[in-house]
Amino acid sequence: MPLLDISGLTVEFGSETAPFKAVDGVDFAIDAGEIVGVVGESGSGKTVTALALMGLIDFPGRVRADAMTFNGRDLTTISDRERRALVGKDIAMIFQDPLASLNPCFTVAFQLMETLRIHGSDEERRNRATRRARALQLLEQVEIPDAAARLDLYPHQLSGGMAQRVMIAMAIACNPRLLIADEPTTALDVTVQAQVLALLTRLQRERDMALILITHDLALVAETAQRVVVMYAGQEVETGPVSGVFETPRHPYTQALLAALPEHNEDKARLQAIPGMVPGQHDRPAGCLLSPRCVFAVERCRREMPPLAGDAQRRVRCHFPLDAAGRPTGSWRPDGVAVESEGTA
Amino acid sequence: MNTTLLDARGLARHYRVSRGVFRPKGLVRALDGVSFTLGAGETLAVVGESGCGKSTLARQVTMIERPTSGQLLLDGHDAGTADAALRKKLRPLVQMVFQNPYASLNPRKKVGTLLGEPLAINTDMSGGERDDAARAMMAKVGLRPEHFGRYPHMFSGGQRQRVAVARALMLRPRLVVADEPVSALDVSIQAQVLNLLMDLQQELGIAYLFVSHNLQVVRHIADNVLVMYLGKTVESGPKTTLFQRPAHPYTRALLASTPSLAAAGRGARVPLTGELPSPLNPPSGCAFHKRCPHAIPRCAVEVPVLAPLGNMLVACHRAGELNA
Repeated sequence: MPLLDISGLTVEFGSETAPFKAVDGVDFAIDAGEIVGVVGESGSGKTVTALALMGLIDFPGRVRADAMTFNGRDLTTISDRERRALVGKDIAMIFQDPLASLNPCFTVAFQLMETLRIHGSDEERRNRATRRARALQLLEQVEIPDAAARLDLYPHQLSGGMAQRVMIAMAIACNPRLLIADEPTTALDVTVQAQVLALLTRLQRERDMALILITHDLALVAETAQRVVVMYAGQEVETGPVSGVFETPRHPYTQALLAALPEHNEDKARLQAIPGMVPGQHDRPAGCLLSPRCVFAVERCRREMPPLAGDAQRRVRCHFPLDAAGRPTGSWRPDGVAVESEGTA
Repeated sequence: MNTTLLDARGLARHYRVSRGVFRPKGLVRALDGVSFTLGAGETLAVVGESGCGKSTLARQVTMIERPTSGQLLLDGHDAGTADAALRKKLRPLVQMVFQNPYASLNPRKKVGTLLGEPLAINTDMSGGERDDAARAMMAKVGLRPEHFGRYPHMFSGGQRQRVAVARALMLRPRLVVADEPVSALDVSIQAQVLNLLMDLQQELGIAYLFVSHNLQVVRHIADNVLVMYLGKTVESGPKTTLFQRPAHPYTRALLASTPSLAAAGRGARVPLTGELPSPLNPPSGCAFHKRCPHAIPRCAVEVPVLAPLGNMLVACHRAGELNA
């Protein structure tokens, strides 16, 4: 049984009559010890999915799910009290901007010890000295040099990379079973990014944690994760093992995202940009959400929303999934009607 | 080689910073003797971590600040020591595109006004002529005519960056300084803006000083690359050589730290340890020696000078033996 199993997760904002679905029927499962990458552009619902899972979506947002279980417990019916005991302990999350996530008024030690006071073992909850010793040990585990001297620093005295290490220390303080990392390295320099990723994957291996890595950087996922979920406008469009999805993408969106990377283009040649932009609240198309931007879109795509089809290994939301050569399969025939508007959004 | 547009010789910019009431002021050598040339219609990429002096360099080239020492020859004139009249004449030659199009456009001005503003300040064109010029430029960067009367908040990130690029081009500059122009944008939008920048370069023969930390983008768009570390050049030269045979240990570390989709590189990275040292208190000798896997005692004492190695310039004591 997977550690976390979600099906039909929907998050809506706005009025009851004309809601905006930020997340639209997401099915997601992760096993212990697995790294799953979630990629997509801004507005694709990556972060909202994670926040819904943590129970951090406030009114007026509405979270619905057919099923949402973590470690055998049903998260949809859980009381607030039980959720508070779970979140921060068994499920932990780190965010994009570490300096915005740390409280500027308190020292590193205070903030680490606060986590331990609430979620720690009996001994840690009772004894302040134990908590402080544990905080020091945590800083050493996240490879902060001269950890003893850093305990009493305030967040503004830390560099970005150091602050993200403190966030990671806080997240792993209670040995979580699941760690959600939301763009953990986007605000960091490339050399520090490599260090932080190496640290995250080492901790994940040592502790057999499940790790959800949310990012817009496809290369990062390719190097780190085993499985990948590609999201577009709140929906999953393709999921599968990293090597499969990145080498032979079956959804036109995945194919177009990969083709837009400078890495996949000839020197100085025009990049294969995706025309248009992610639909917002007021311009959601009927049918397949990608249809206005998809080079293969035909009449059926504009009329009918494709289901997420396939086996547990590899699923794709497209009427005409692409073959290994990158061409649509099934009954696909070009429309003959030129609908694609090139160039500007 | 075509004509040299920009020639920096030993460009330096130091800042005095207060370290508290009773302590002497500290000296930050944000830019410490950087030399390079940029030909008309070429792209020079400046790469390095935050705090390495990339943006300080951009501020000197755009004449926002005067360099502490060194020469900055712009089209043959020294912009560093020029008087106010000459600087005013040189300024339209260099324009800038900033990182975040959500912050760099005045939210209270319409696109037409934003685009007309550089002309209103620097030329004596009439309002009607300015509007015509703005409309012509909008067509060039792929904005629709009906966008003329809209405010920045009505646009997506990619479109805003198009507005920012259009505004930079209004005065027909010879050089555009682009400070991380695509790092705030999504992958698909990033490709659109990079295409636009490359198209405009071909059409108008603009030179770019392209400041970026994204090596994949640099690899795609640049002709020459300048790698900086703590205010100094550590390696510079043609892009192809730099990416194929990086000579300086820092360049190698940067390349090794960049994630790649290519299956070969997966999971086989050796991350650099440590972080950029404080520019207030830089290490002795080679600024990189504390993080360098190849450092020898000499590196801690003696500052390496930039020396030719093949068609590259490299500042490393061991460049010769490491690249033998």
